[in-house]
Amino acid sequence: MDGIDKTTLWTVIILLGLGSFGLRFVFTGMIGDRPLPPWLLRHLRYTAVAVLPALVTPLVIWPTGTGGQFDAPRVIAALATLSVGYFTRNVLAAIIGGAASLYGLLYLLG
Amino acid sequence: MPASSYRSTYWQGFREGLPFLFVITPFGLLFGVVATEAGLNLFETLTFSVVVIAGAAQFTALQLMTENAPTLIVLASALAVNLRMAMYSASLTPHIGAAPLWKRALIAYFTVDQSYACSIVAYENNPDWTLSQKVTYFMGTVTPVCPMWYVSTLVGALIGTAIPSELALDFAIPITFIAIIAPSLRTRAHQAAALAAVVLSLLFSFLPYNLGVLVAGLGAMITGAQVELWTERKKGAA
Repeated sequence: MDGIDKTTLWTVIILLGLGSFGLRFVFTGMIGDRPLPPWLLRHLRYTAVAVLPALVTPLVIWPTGTGGQFDAPRVIAALATLSVGYFTRNVLAAIIGGAASLYGLLYLLG
Repeated sequence: MPASSYRSTYWQGFREGLPFLFVITPFGLLFGVVATEAGLNLFETLTFSVVVIAGAAQFTALQLMTENAPTLIVLASALAVNLRMAMYSASLTPHIGAAPLWKRALIAYFTVDQSYACSIVAYENNPDWTLSQKVTYFMGTVTPVCPMWYVSTLVGALIGTAIPSELALDFAIPITFIAIIAPSLRTRAHQAAALAAVVLSLLFSFLPYNLGVLVAGLGAMITGAQVELWTERKKGAA
């Protein structure tokens, strides 16, 4: 391997660091406590329930751990986590329920 | 507000951030291993994690650099992966926008998937929290998560082995995030938004650099907002 050029590496680390901070600061920093229009607030209320499921759904259907192969234990574990979390409203119970079903199914089917 | 209630908000955040150690540790170890294999020394690897503090973007940048992609492409791709942070920033603004600039800057630096997810759910569940309590809670969630990102990166770089794949720790990411979100699917609008996110993220998964997440996220936010409007109108008419 030639290795990564040091100038490139440091340019990327510093600019990517600044850019990432910029993305994280753009609204909290620039808007501060100025009021946001109601239509925007109405959309922002759904940021978490929109972005996080969008982030994890592909990981559930095409998991990295199996090289992208559909895997029944993982899909069932995801559904178990969702049901336990929805009905108990307890995050830790949902994590434990999901992990238990994942390991249980991997053990039974593996 | 007595000092004890700040302390308890801090520890509540700390406790609710703890489960994410199962996500951060394997992911950080893996980054340390992959960075070392790509020829980065300890100092470079650790600095990468401290300065950028964003797993998926770091992996993207590293991968493209090993392929000798042009610097501009590396930066644009990794920043595209991180675009969702701007959405988190917007979503946090109504809650912590009144904090002093230095605190907002600190929160911005520590805005990662985990601290955002915990905090926004806690803010919605505790509408009576003061600004200080919201800031304190956020810093509580950050405490187990972010230092562990640095430490596990360093350990990965030092020992050079990731956690064996039989442990299926890749799946800690979906499980922890689903667990955080599931209890907050309490209204039709929240449920519709999440369902739209699931469907759209699969439909747009062909897009490069995680851009499908962004498109699906925006589509799902619009869905949530529209369902909310529609529900309100129906209530108004009844």
